[in-house]
Amino acid sequence: MNNQPVLDVSQLKTYFYLGENRVAKAVDNISFSIFPGETVALVGESGSGKSITALSIMQLINKPGRIVDGTITMNDQKLLELKPKQMTNIRGNDIAMIFQEPMTALNPVYTIGSQITEILRKHKKMNKKDAHQEAIELLKVVGIPRPKEILKEYPHQLSGGMRQRVMIAMAISCEPQLLIADEPTTALDVTIQAQILDLMAEMQKKFQMSLLLITHDLGVVYEYTDRVMVMYGGQIVEQAATKELLKLTKHPYTQGLLASLPNLDEDVERLGTIKGTVPPAYSFPHGCRFSSRCPYVMEKCTQSNPELREYDTGHFVRCYLYENGGSIK
Amino acid sequence: MTLTTKDEQEILVDVKNIKKYFPIKGGVLKRTIGHLKAVDDVSFTIRKGETLGIVGESGSGKSTLGRVILRLLEPTDGQVIFNDVDISYLSQRKIRPQREDMQIIFQDPFASLNSKMSVGQLVEEPLIVQGKMSKEERKKRVIEIIEKVGLRADDRQKYPHEFSGGQRQRISIARALVIHPKFVICDEPVSALDVSIQAQVLNLMKDLQDDLGLTYLFIAHDLSVVKHISDRVAVMYLGRFVEIAPKQALYTNALHPYTQALLSSIPVIDLNEESNHKQRKIALTGDLPSPANPPSGCTFRTRCPQAHDRCAIERPELIELETDHFVACHLYSEE
Repeated sequence: MNNQPVLDVSQLKTYFYLGENRVAKAVDNISFSIFPGETVALVGESGSGKSITALSIMQLINKPGRIVDGTITMNDQKLLELKPKQMTNIRGNDIAMIFQEPMTALNPVYTIGSQITEILRKHKKMNKKDAHQEAIELLKVVGIPRPKEILKEYPHQLSGGMRQRVMIAMAISCEPQLLIADEPTTALDVTIQAQILDLMAEMQKKFQMSLLLITHDLGVVYEYTDRVMVMYGGQIVEQAATKELLKLTKHPYTQGLLASLPNLDEDVERLGTIKGTVPPAYSFPHGCRFSSRCPYVMEKCTQSNPELREYDTGHFVRCYLYENGGSIK
Repeated sequence: MTLTTKDEQEILVDVKNIKKYFPIKGGVLKRTIGHLKAVDDVSFTIRKGETLGIVGESGSGKSTLGRVILRLLEPTDGQVIFNDVDISYLSQRKIRPQREDMQIIFQDPFASLNSKMSVGQLVEEPLIVQGKMSKEERKKRVIEIIEKVGLRADDRQKYPHEFSGGQRQRISIARALVIHPKFVICDEPVSALDVSIQAQVLNLMKDLQDDLGLTYLFIAHDLSVVKHISDRVAVMYLGRFVEIAPKQALYTNALHPYTQALLSSIPVIDLNEESNHKQRKIALTGDLPSPANPPSGCTFRTRCPQAHDRCAIERPELIELETDHFVACHLYSEE
């Protein structure tokens, strides 16, 4: 993983201009890299900016939103400088994306077959017959039984798990270097979730893709990812190797998240909580964005926002508590 | 032991062989051509002050079961005995006094609250319907319950859209509890919420149960949430209970292959490498079969890693294998 990153995001800012001079800083100065073959988790609650980060990489931000600053680099190409048509080529060929709700991501009036072959014909310039054959192969790869019949069916005829398998088949059809999966299993039941996550891990190995997995489920993060970035208020607040981050959690927000999970192994009378709720993206508190909910808040925290700094090797934290060798239990 | 004391407590809800079939209409004349067995012969009891959790995947019939118990849906067969009264076939007028003791909290606090009513009106509404209190008394009661669920008295003038998901769920809880019910059905009350907010609401529900002596039927698909809040847990698959047990027994010694598979597929953070939780994952193949056309015999056999010939022929009944631990599986019964 020491070689060149597949994707490099630097100082990305995506703002939404809501009128009345309100600006929602959904993604505010985010930098990270993803290396070949790596699985990186992007974790956060609703409104933390994790999905907007993914959509910004794909350049699928609609008005009133706009990428206002930053660079996104892939294979020495600066993606934000590309023309829309060139970006269309990158999408699908180099970066593919899977969404949470496969029912809304698939077109309900076209058959599964025509939706898969459309991609193959467009991106791989295949003829109709080859594309059809390839589509059958792809459905086999993602473990769909009766692929020939399924190609003739419409999305509503499939179960949620099957639809997500179709989405994965479409995403890997052009063998992208990077797959972004935005809460791919949130709408699925646990036994199906396990099937889909295992399938994604298998596909990743097979095609040597990098995976950016957006999720709120820390159990999924633990079992399937190498590295984690925790987002809060449009910024990364903690970043480390998965085991390191979950074992030696530093940021008070990440600690709060972990404490609030009900545990299968031990019984606790009361769950830990984080007081209050996530502030809206147009009115973050002054200073550290977590200061309004942080149990360790200091005067300094309300005056200026701490930088994301490396405190242990590869473990980055955005918090004043760790300055000058400080710590919390 | 809490279990033995609970044994001695009286039974509040007694559900006997309850069934709910939905007709499937087809053909030009829209005649009934079959039945979707959403709930198929389920029996259980809930003791006073207890929380019974029901887990199952989508389509297992757990929400339908909750609605049938409240008579929001009419049962096809079977009985619901609530507080020693058989309510399963009472007329809507006669059931009303019983209804005051039973309430339900729904999953989506965005859909279940009328957006045109203020919080005060929403919470007061059940009291007006009940018609037992004067305006002054109602106002006092509304303030009391709103503060109890962690909102402020001034919040009464606000409207649901001004609140976040967690706060709205608090409003739903206040609305359910304002008329002092004994029994509350919670249908996925926290699954739409973020984890940190989910924890706040779960803690609140536990506190309220202790304070007010409530009995809960807690329906959810998240096994760790159900474990946290329940005393006993039932696992539902295609309209039937496959296992029901005190939670410790169920989570440490699951007997049914489906329960074992469910528990093993939850991704967990397991930093203590020696901990015994993480057995090998039991992979289930395939999807939940359609409840309109369930497999013969044991409905789980099409996905069961341990299915044998008998499972296709004979439907397993729930049997008590250990005290209070029931399982419906041929692996544990003799021919």
